[in-house]
Amino acid sequence: MKISGARAIVEALKREKVEVIFGIPGGATIPFYDVLLESDIRHVLARHEQCAAHMADGYARVKGVPGVCTATSGPGATNLVTGLAAAYMDSSPVIAITGQVPRSMVGKDAFQEADIVGIVNPITKYTFQLESASQIPDVIRLAFIIASTNRRGPVLIDVPRDVQLEDVDFDYTERIKIKGYVVRTGEPHPYSIKRAIGLIMGSERPMILAGGGVIASNASEELIKFAELIMSPIVTTLMGKGAVPEDHPLCLGMVGMHGRIECNKAIEEADLIIAIGTRFGDRTTGKLDEFGRNAKIIHIDIDPAEIGKNVKVDVPIVADAKKALIALYSKLIEFGFSRKESEWINKINRLKESFASNYEEKGDGLKPSKILKILRNILPKNAIITTGVGQNQMWAALHFKVFEPRTFITSGGLGAMGFGLPAAIGAKVAAPDRPVFNIDGDGSFLMTEQDLATAVTERIPIVSIILKNRSLGMVRQWQCLFWNKRYAYVDLGNVPDFVKLAEAYGAEGIRIESYEEFERAARRSLSAEMPIVMEVPISPDEKVLPMVPPGKSLKEVIWYG
Amino acid sequence: MVDNFHIISALVEDRPGVLFRVTSLIRRRNFNIDTITVGSTEREGISRITLTMRGDENIVEQLVKQLSKIPDIIKISELKPSESVYREMAIIKVLAQDAERRSDVLNYVSIFRGKIIDASKDSLTIEIVGNPNKINAFIEIMKSFGIIEMAKTGIVALQRGLRGKIEG
Repeated sequence: MKISGARAIVEALKREKVEVIFGIPGGATIPFYDVLLESDIRHVLARHEQCAAHMADGYARVKGVPGVCTATSGPGATNLVTGLAAAYMDSSPVIAITGQVPRSMVGKDAFQEADIVGIVNPITKYTFQLESASQIPDVIRLAFIIASTNRRGPVLIDVPRDVQLEDVDFDYTERIKIKGYVVRTGEPHPYSIKRAIGLIMGSERPMILAGGGVIASNASEELIKFAELIMSPIVTTLMGKGAVPEDHPLCLGMVGMHGRIECNKAIEEADLIIAIGTRFGDRTTGKLDEFGRNAKIIHIDIDPAEIGKNVKVDVPIVADAKKALIALYSKLIEFGFSRKESEWINKINRLKESFASNYEEKGDGLKPSKILKILRNILPKNAIITTGVGQNQMWAALHFKVFEPRTFITSGGLGAMGFGLPAAIGAKVAAPDRPVFNIDGDGSFLMTEQDLATAVTERIPIVSIILKNRSLGMVRQWQCLFWNKRYAYVDLGNVPDFVKLAEAYGAEGIRIESYEEFERAARRSLSAEMPIVMEVPISPDEKVLPMVPPGKSLKEVIWYG
Repeated sequence: MVDNFHIISALVEDRPGVLFRVTSLIRRRNFNIDTITVGSTEREGISRITLTMRGDENIVEQLVKQLSKIPDIIKISELKPSESVYREMAIIKVLAQDAERRSDVLNYVSIFRGKIIDASKDSLTIEIVGNPNKINAFIEIMKSFGIIEMAKTGIVALQRGLRGKIEG
């Protein structure tokens, strides 16, 4: 059966069970959109392509399946860049379909032409530029395989306009393979498991460092069983937040630059670090030379290139986190190994208690930690949080306890300001029955604020809590602590009025002046049918503490004395 | 060859953009390579990229691991210099105006088993093939005669013996 290239794309997306596409149409994608109009696939019209990409990313992180976004050629495609880079850094499966000028005009600097395949090469897992409509079924099939297997990541498919119009014989059976891309089974090598078991059984002070890979491989249950068996405390990276419920007795919380003091201390004192699905980012490790100096390190990762990239490890296990944990667990059971209470756990608990009071901000005014604690008490366990980037994000990471995987959605690696609102939209589309709250800052929110229009017109009831400190707070914090309080161009002023801004879009705006007001508004917003924006004024001098200064080791931490 | 010299050989799909992906990754990950060559193989649709670089084992291992993630790369491995043959070619144009200098140049060409591939009244153009040490030694000598211009191919290499055949 011959169909147009455009129809073939839509047909292939249906075969991949795509339910929604986030995007903005343009000259080079009109044929594709024309077919999309009559398909069952939902389309969410973004107001900026960066947001379309973040929405697809948020959707993918919540659902665990690829999120799809689309943009036209040239500026539409280049606007996707930040969104794709964010997805790439956090290993999120996003498929981007871009229009391109007709084949005969490629390379001629045609109107709205951009070499998007060249531009996004370093920030995608793979890219395709179609040369004929006959490639469409294979390319889309391969794009979904590449995006969603091994270490996940974004894939871009660039489709010249005339390819969308060309006829193709549609056949969606598996015809070609990419020779150089092998879908890993994820099974660990028995030898590395054996060596790891040796280290685990010989350790007295084990520590599990759980990263985003635990969530990506849906390994939370296996991780908890394993940790309980060996009585190992667990710390998480920012991306690993939610890998284990943060009220689990063995879970200490987040480690790293803005990690909890007891986590960083515990990492210092461990004699074995079992790192799972983490790339040892600099925000996690602090000064590399001193990270885990007293410990042996087992590193479980699906990506062999992560082994030894930043940290030298004693036992590498190239495997899917879930499969590696199952293998380790069953071997330990086979050996009859288990640990009960230990001096190490007692010590960790004492550490936890001794620092418990060091997280509350001092002084007058509304405090981020209290706002976030009130919110946690109101929200059900499966509520989804997205964040902006900067202080708001770190406060959320520190003070908002997460109980389920895929409920804390943040731009960890790239740190893309403006992520919170569009990611929340994508998350809500993925999970319409669960509350979705975006914890944001004024600077961050303003970078993608126009997509409130999307939330309003699509009736996507997300709630944004803007911690408004009238400044680019994290930069200001660094200037305060390390640059002699020279506040170079971080003052945003008290603009805009976010209540009026929300109202201008047809959303509800609420100004918060007390904790009681906040609690009332937050409760009410659980049943809202339209987007809500809350403006919560906080002091520009409020800091995210504890903090390990950049380039310093994890023990050189600054905190509220 | 110096100790930290490494040869990396990759079989890649002969598709548009593959060389770009490889060089882009090398640049992005801040690897520093000495030579890169690309050419066809005995198998249609498959090309070979040969890279050489200096650096410690960890850096080479990282480069190989990162490159092997590119789906267009079918197979990639480091070739141990002792277990492989590798050659480079240079074309060197040297000044050779008087008879005495000409005959000196010709002598060296003969010692290094090079070839004269072009001559003019004032110059000789030499083709020389060999391992990079030999070529560098020859270039050093030619400098004293005055090199007008020079082109090098970069290194191509194969494993010794039967191994390395493209499978599948």
